[in-house]
Amino acid sequence: MAAFEIARPEIFLLAALCVVLLLDLFLGKQSRVITYLATQASLLTTILLVYSSFFNRPDKTVGLDGMYMVDEMAGVLKIAILLISILAFACARKYLRDQDMWRGEFFVLGMTAILGMLIMVSGYHLLVLYLGLELLSLSLYTLVAMRRDDAQATEAAIKYFVLGAVASGFLLYGMSMLYGISGSLELNTIREYFTNQPDIATNLPLMFALTFIVAGLAFKLGVVPFHMWLPDVYQGTPTAVTLFLSSAPKIAVFALVIRLMAEALEPAQSAWSQMIILLALLSIGIGNVVALVQTNLKRLFAYSAIAHMGFMLMGVVMNTHEGHSAAMFYILLYALMSAGTFAMLILLGRKGYEVTQLEDLKGLSGRHPWFALMFLLMLFSMAGIPPTAGFYAKFAVIESVIQAKFIWSAVFMVVMSVVGAFYYLRIIKIMYFDKPNDQPPIEADMDIRVLVSANGLLMILLGIFPSVLMEICDLALIASRL
Amino acid sequence: MMEWPILSFLIWLPIMGGLGVLIVGDRYGARQAALLLAAITFLISLPLYFAYDASSGTMQFTETFKWIDALGIHVNYDLGVDGVSIALILLNTFMTLLVLAASWDSVKERVAQYMAAFLIMEGLVNGVFMARDALLFYVFFEGMLIPLFLILGVWGGPQRVHATIKYFIYTFAGSVFLLVSLVYLYTQTSQGSFFLPDLYALTNLSEHAQLLVFLSFLVAFGVKVPLWPLHTWLPEAYSQAPTGGSVMLAAISVKVGGYAFYRLAMPIVPEASHDWALLVVVLSLVAIVYMSLIALVQTNLKKLVAYSSVAHMGFVTLGFFLVFKLQGLAFVDANVSGSVLAVQGAMVQMISHGFVAGALFLAIGMLFERMNTVEISAYQGITSRMPLFAAFFMLFAMANVGLPGTSGFVGEFFVILASAKAHFWVAFIAATTLILGAAYTLWAVKRVLFGEVNSSEVNKLDDLNRRELVILSVLALAILWLGWWPEPLTRLMEGSIREWMMIVSPSDLMPVVKGSS
Repeated sequence: MAAFEIARPEIFLLAALCVVLLLDLFLGKQSRVITYLATQASLLTTILLVYSSFFNRPDKTVGLDGMYMVDEMAGVLKIAILLISILAFACARKYLRDQDMWRGEFFVLGMTAILGMLIMVSGYHLLVLYLGLELLSLSLYTLVAMRRDDAQATEAAIKYFVLGAVASGFLLYGMSMLYGISGSLELNTIREYFTNQPDIATNLPLMFALTFIVAGLAFKLGVVPFHMWLPDVYQGTPTAVTLFLSSAPKIAVFALVIRLMAEALEPAQSAWSQMIILLALLSIGIGNVVALVQTNLKRLFAYSAIAHMGFMLMGVVMNTHEGHSAAMFYILLYALMSAGTFAMLILLGRKGYEVTQLEDLKGLSGRHPWFALMFLLMLFSMAGIPPTAGFYAKFAVIESVIQAKFIWSAVFMVVMSVVGAFYYLRIIKIMYFDKPNDQPPIEADMDIRVLVSANGLLMILLGIFPSVLMEICDLALIASRL
Repeated sequence: MMEWPILSFLIWLPIMGGLGVLIVGDRYGARQAALLLAAITFLISLPLYFAYDASSGTMQFTETFKWIDALGIHVNYDLGVDGVSIALILLNTFMTLLVLAASWDSVKERVAQYMAAFLIMEGLVNGVFMARDALLFYVFFEGMLIPLFLILGVWGGPQRVHATIKYFIYTFAGSVFLLVSLVYLYTQTSQGSFFLPDLYALTNLSEHAQLLVFLSFLVAFGVKVPLWPLHTWLPEAYSQAPTGGSVMLAAISVKVGGYAFYRLAMPIVPEASHDWALLVVVLSLVAIVYMSLIALVQTNLKKLVAYSSVAHMGFVTLGFFLVFKLQGLAFVDANVSGSVLAVQGAMVQMISHGFVAGALFLAIGMLFERMNTVEISAYQGITSRMPLFAAFFMLFAMANVGLPGTSGFVGEFFVILASAKAHFWVAFIAATTLILGAAYTLWAVKRVLFGEVNSSEVNKLDDLNRRELVILSVLALAILWLGWWPEPLTRLMEGSIREWMMIVSPSDLMPVVKGSS
């Protein structure tokens, strides 16, 4: 039994998931709130388990025959994933009720997705990582298709499924080649193997494997040129699912990228960094430029997500402690911002009505000055304008990029941030400068109001005291030897 | 005094107060609360002037805390003021107070948000003038944009959206290069530091790097000042902004650009500033002449003042960069060299322009409240209906022309005198402003104030009420005081400017220039 100690939070979550699944069978539509509460309670307990047992470790702890690993980074990322999922589920409660989708599957599938994410964060073995990713992806495909009778949602789900499967195939193929080269599936053995290889930059099979792995990861992250699925999926998916899909999984994929590229394949850094820099810069460019012409809010945020992922990757690819921690800081903040913006869209919706177009926000500040202000803070934060938190995320990444002497890349990144600022400003313009059209008041419970407000206020609080979160990332990665 | 964090108060009191006003909302006297806060902030800023030891000219009232110390980034919350900062802080707190008083009646919707935006902006601008850490400076410098963006966009005129977004994108685009430069400089310091004196002490920059850093500064601050040809956002923003917004833009926001040249650009890359001084001098001269000519043909009062602002700010950049053409020339007496005169002129011009442009925009705002238009053609002969207003307007116009006895004269005179030492033609071209300025200002005054009343609306105008009278009188006093007796201001700044000279001085940079080339 002691061997399973290392995966205690995951095992608990799996058990809780089964209980919730069974519980839901006995609950009618009226009492489904119990499913919701049970889900939130299990997530909270999982957080406590992560926090109590696997925190404050000076080093990595490997277990389950070298398949599973916990370290400080895993702890921080798991807690972040769980917290953001709690926010996502709280918002989903309102959305699912409003849109007549109040079914238990959402929570169960959400929990399996979370389980997949936790496994991705802690996996230390190519197969475990892959299984975690597939558990996440399969749950997400189903979640996207939750609105069965909607053509757009079905299209999005099929697109997501087909492209996601191709990406998983790429990744698996790359992993199998890695196994062929190094003879091992364990990350630290792979790392040792490549450390001892003399001519790593000219190793053709390795290049082949790297290409597939990078392509697979780029698909999952939604990085140009593997980004085509992202806008359609964001748009077609019910907003509650978009919220979930656009925030927590990004953190998990970040962990995957760090584990694969920065840990296992760190010795081959010279071989993969060029590829990723190119993809990252392309994403920053294309994501920001294409977002300019969007009129659908969800599509707009999809393109902005592409650009943000490019920014984050630039931190990872610098392959320094500063770069990794800047990327981690960036991804945590991004997940928070993205969750916040979609939560705002859910908050503003009501029975049978969804906020999807830019026009729907017209004159928001006249109608709901407080929430308009919160949205403003989130958008300025996404645009990276101080004193909001997003600025420090961009700043930290740019600092690590310049530190690594990629000055012209940094210039490109900031120029593209100016382009990016333009479409965020356009939303703010619509909210603040345009005259309101007649809209009934917000119908929302206190919990989602408080969560959205807290999210908006965090943007400014973390902007004034950015070192709180920065230090967490910094210390976590020091302890994780990154 | 040292124990009391007076500088932090000046930043955070207005910001927190502004948030308070925002949260309380329109129900309970947002106007009164905001005015009270602005008055308190102004009162708190006054001791800076009296307690500052101007003879040493160093940074005083300093405060230092560790702010960010993670991810290999070390940023301190470093505040401090020298004579120049104090002058600008006083200008800021003073003008904010007046603007809030002036907006008493003119803003009718979303009053609390309006007042809050001005208070928050006041705090952020104070932060810009106090920051001794480059990143802290950048945060305040950029943060300023958010309240200004909302002030322009929410309460502005019919074409406000275009003007506002243009303004934001211009300034944001300028300042991102600043960010890259600052981070680059940070990586060049031995320990990794954004502390300004550490950046001043950098000597290991290649000529190429210096040039790029200088150009980024030039773009970032040139947009703010604005330097020709980066000024195109300005006429639109000024003319579309609400009265208070125009005043803050003209009196405060553009000063931030000038101050940034003084605090960051020239001391950090003195060699490149020296090599490229001629460029800035030429651009400033173009601004002075060309913008004055454009002001001549304006039919909109606000646009006229806007173009005249660009021309006047040209004197500021001219004064700063003349330093490099003047070093070492004894002037007036052995103690005041020409270059100190040039910088002092530029600084006095900044303060004076703050008063004059602010006063003009406030006066125009008062007309606008009555007639709902700022087209010159709509007015004629308002002297007969508003004699008090006409008297004030005439005074402000004269200060704008640079009539001796008004504040406008002092700064321009200093700069022209100094430029005469540098080159005859520089002085000659700069001096044309006295003619051109007189031409556009007096012509506009003639068309607005004098002539036959030929519109029924003008006939119904009321003269200034008591509140407006107080506001304009205070400004008139300030303008006259600075015109007759600028010594308190020059004495406040002189020591600091001398200190600053030591940093940008070519006497110790000449060998470096030779060595690097």
